[in-house]
Amino acid sequence: MTQHYPALLVIVPLLAAFIISVFGWIYKKLCYPIAVAALGVSSYSSISLLLRVLKEGVVHYQLGGWAPPWGIAYYVDHLNGLILVAVSLVAFVNLIAAKKSIEREFPEKTGPFYTLYVLMVTGLLGILITGDAFNLYVLLEIASLTGYGLIALGEERALLATLNYLYMGTIGACFYLLGVGYLYIVTGSLNMADIATILPALYQSKAVLAAFIICMVGVWLKMAFFPLHAWLPNAYTFAPSASSSLIAPLMTKVMIYVMIRLMVSVFTPEYVFNTLSIAEPIVWLSVIAIVMGAVLALAERNLKKMLTYIVVAEVGYMVGGAWIGNRAGMTGAILHIVNDALMTLCVFLVVGNIVYKIKGYAFKDLKGLFRRMPFTMGAFVVGALAIIGVPPTCGFFSKWYLITGAIQAGHYSFMVALVFSSLINVVLFFRVFEIGYYEPFSGHHGHESHPEVIDEAPLGMLIPLLVVAAGIVVIGMYTGNIVTHIIHFAIPHGII
Amino acid sequence: MEIIHSIKPFLAVLASLLVTPFLVWSKTPNSRETWTFAAATMKFLIVASMVPAVLKGSEIVYTVAEVIPGVAVKFRVDALGMLFAIVSSSLWIVTSAYSIGYMRGLNEHSQTRYFCFFAIALSATIGVAFSGNLLTLYLFYEMLSFATYPLVTHHQDQEARNSGRKYLLYIIGSSVGLVLPAMLMVYDLSGTLEFAKQGFLAGTGTRALIGILLFMFIFGFAKVAIIPLHSWLPAAMVAPTPVSALLHAVAVVKVGAFSVLRVITGVFGTDYLYTLHFGTALCYLAAFTIIVASLIALSQDELKRLLAFSTIGQLSYIVLGAALLSPKGLIGSMTHIAMHAFGKITLFFCAGAIAVATGKKYLSQMVGIGKRMPVTMTAFFIGSLSVIGLPPTGGFFSKWYLALGTLQADQLPMLLVLLGSSLLNAAYFLPIVYRAFFCTEQQSMFDSHIKEAPIWCLVPLVITAVGSIILFFYPTIFLRLATLAAG
Repeated sequence: MTQHYPALLVIVPLLAAFIISVFGWIYKKLCYPIAVAALGVSSYSSISLLLRVLKEGVVHYQLGGWAPPWGIAYYVDHLNGLILVAVSLVAFVNLIAAKKSIEREFPEKTGPFYTLYVLMVTGLLGILITGDAFNLYVLLEIASLTGYGLIALGEERALLATLNYLYMGTIGACFYLLGVGYLYIVTGSLNMADIATILPALYQSKAVLAAFIICMVGVWLKMAFFPLHAWLPNAYTFAPSASSSLIAPLMTKVMIYVMIRLMVSVFTPEYVFNTLSIAEPIVWLSVIAIVMGAVLALAERNLKKMLTYIVVAEVGYMVGGAWIGNRAGMTGAILHIVNDALMTLCVFLVVGNIVYKIKGYAFKDLKGLFRRMPFTMGAFVVGALAIIGVPPTCGFFSKWYLITGAIQAGHYSFMVALVFSSLINVVLFFRVFEIGYYEPFSGHHGHESHPEVIDEAPLGMLIPLLVVAAGIVVIGMYTGNIVTHIIHFAIPHGII
Repeated sequence: MEIIHSIKPFLAVLASLLVTPFLVWSKTPNSRETWTFAAATMKFLIVASMVPAVLKGSEIVYTVAEVIPGVAVKFRVDALGMLFAIVSSSLWIVTSAYSIGYMRGLNEHSQTRYFCFFAIALSATIGVAFSGNLLTLYLFYEMLSFATYPLVTHHQDQEARNSGRKYLLYIIGSSVGLVLPAMLMVYDLSGTLEFAKQGFLAGTGTRALIGILLFMFIFGFAKVAIIPLHSWLPAAMVAPTPVSALLHAVAVVKVGAFSVLRVITGVFGTDYLYTLHFGTALCYLAAFTIIVASLIALSQDELKRLLAFSTIGQLSYIVLGAALLSPKGLIGSMTHIAMHAFGKITLFFCAGAIAVATGKKYLSQMVGIGKRMPVTMTAFFIGSLSVIGLPPTGGFFSKWYLALGTLQADQLPMLLVLLGSSLLNAAYFLPIVYRAFFCTEQQSMFDSHIKEAPIWCLVPLVITAVGSIILFFYPTIFLRLATLAAG
């Protein structure tokens, strides 16, 4: 059984999705337990897989027993082992937290929602685990198409936003497919490891260059790397809470993983950093992404939309870290995939709770929230501090590595951008805190006569949120272990 | 030098952090305050229990976790940290008593929140005092910034909101914008962040780079309020007075001064800075702040604002003492942390007591107050003497050593600055005392029914005033710790 964890990880949720869609017609009440069980199995398998990778090294798995390069190979190393755990747990926790809001927002459509949800997680986990470049495309489309569905379930404007996302997302995926096509033409293989062994002889080939650039642009489109980000803010804002707290933490992060995987495992660092000399401009692009994300977030008067622009800025962090071309930067990028997933989940769960209670997420709806929802806002403070990058939250430590990478590479503009973004984040979040903290009191000096009406979100939403908030600090304190035992092995020796 | 591994420093930090749930769950204000006292006493006892070992020259070390390979969250108790920890943990007990008198006297809202964040702020303060490396110091420094925000903005009105913004802008802006990159650049230069006796940067970097880093740290720790990064401190005076007293005369600002001292001695090393000739520039920076802040204080009418500007000037004494880069100057600088704390907290307590008893905040409205509140104003007089640096108060010693330091470092202009500043201090403090006592019954602005503030307010300020005098006769512990720390 244990040797089949890689397959279980993907197949269990895939089958569960079909079962859920059937039960959606027959007996709705079973949909949720099945979804929870399926993602529970995925989370369990991913944790066992990571432990196995830590103990025995890279895990290879041949789907259906077909040997690569013809069969599809699943491949778990330290890099995707870590991210598999993060993604499956984030999806699992979010599912637990989402129950109430899903049941209230669309009681008739719980079946389809859970189907899409589990199917999307299948796609994401598949993208992470697969060792086959074409298979990755298929799973990418699964994750994207279900993502469009999940977003379109939202408020009125979600439809237009989804359509926009659909166009851009499809172009992105097509670019990726086109790049893989080029690679297939020159190497005759679709297996990532196989391609990596064939490529060195072809480093000077224009087709390989074209393949690389086209793949990158496609991936950047999917991860909303500025200026290819335009689809993201509306799509994530108008999606239902439960969808946005699944998609916002995971989709962009998984695409960052794809980018890093292409850079280190398919095209190899030797090619990316030595043969090509495009790292410098890309780091500059990420500097622009970080600054613009921060500035655009500053212009928003709406909590959820502000957070989506922060996601855009964070994408810049990770792209820059990966492209800065040294170990510290790459460590920061990989660490930030996990950390950012966690903190984005935290703040979007907070939005979910607020929407559940207040039915709005514009700044003006947030008045007096610290008194009304102290626990939710407490978790929000933790998430905000992590995004600002205050120790001992995890966000500080990934920023630490990213800045170290920038200093070691002498790329001070990237350092300045990171610091600038931290400062803007302080402004962004304290502006929200101020509204939640002062507004009902303005005008008169409060004295202890105020009735303390606590009106919190239900426990089912609150407990997962508090777990995530605690996780932000715990993961931060364990950064040392994560880096020395996992990320250290995830980065090839070619990157010093 | 003996290294002792013990969890005590961590416990000292946790004592006030772990008590916060009990504060929240307490059913009555009395039980809540009991918990505060329990935590404060506990903290002080833990700190005090480490004193003998430190006086013997040992260091107490505890590593919490290696959060980044090679850099741990780590406590290391040495003489300098111990000096600061004793001051802040002992004064917390006194301030807790005073808080009760003040908060209840004015019937303030959200007292539970107030006591919670006060406790967290104290944890952070002790954390800074005991931190063994730059990362730990930064961690607790930031924790203190965020924990004090709800205290500064306690009143939750528009003025508090504006002041809170200013507070964050200066404090967080400078620490994230300057200290964080400087810390990482230092780490990149030397590969370590552990404080060492003579710093760990010696021999690395070019002179220009070291200079840039030094000033990034000095300005980055904006809690030390060097001009032009000082204006958060007067703004923060919107906070309830106990907050101003403990945090903005002792904990927060001294954390800034302490961090500067720590960085100058433990990161750069006085010898290295001496060979690079950065001392004089720093001296003049501090001297400028000392003189300008004192001049501004002269023109203030609001008592707390005056005290704030006085604090800005006094903090730069500490920076000046360090910048002299001479042993005597360092001793003066370190003892000033303690001596100024006792003097200034007394003054703030008095300002608060006057506010509780009469509601008055402006000096022009305080003529004749000494006749109605003799105990308070006597304490105010003693506190002023200490801040001016006159015997028989503890403030005399730190100024004495600072003056000796200027001679030792051959910086005569700085001696003039010290003397001039003392005169200015006298010029803004003594008239207050004079007008409080020496006036006719007609000139007095207070009816005879005005009495002293409640006992919870009065006793703490008497304690700290007496403490200032005792420190004149028995300054040994602080002097010995400072001598040890200055090497």
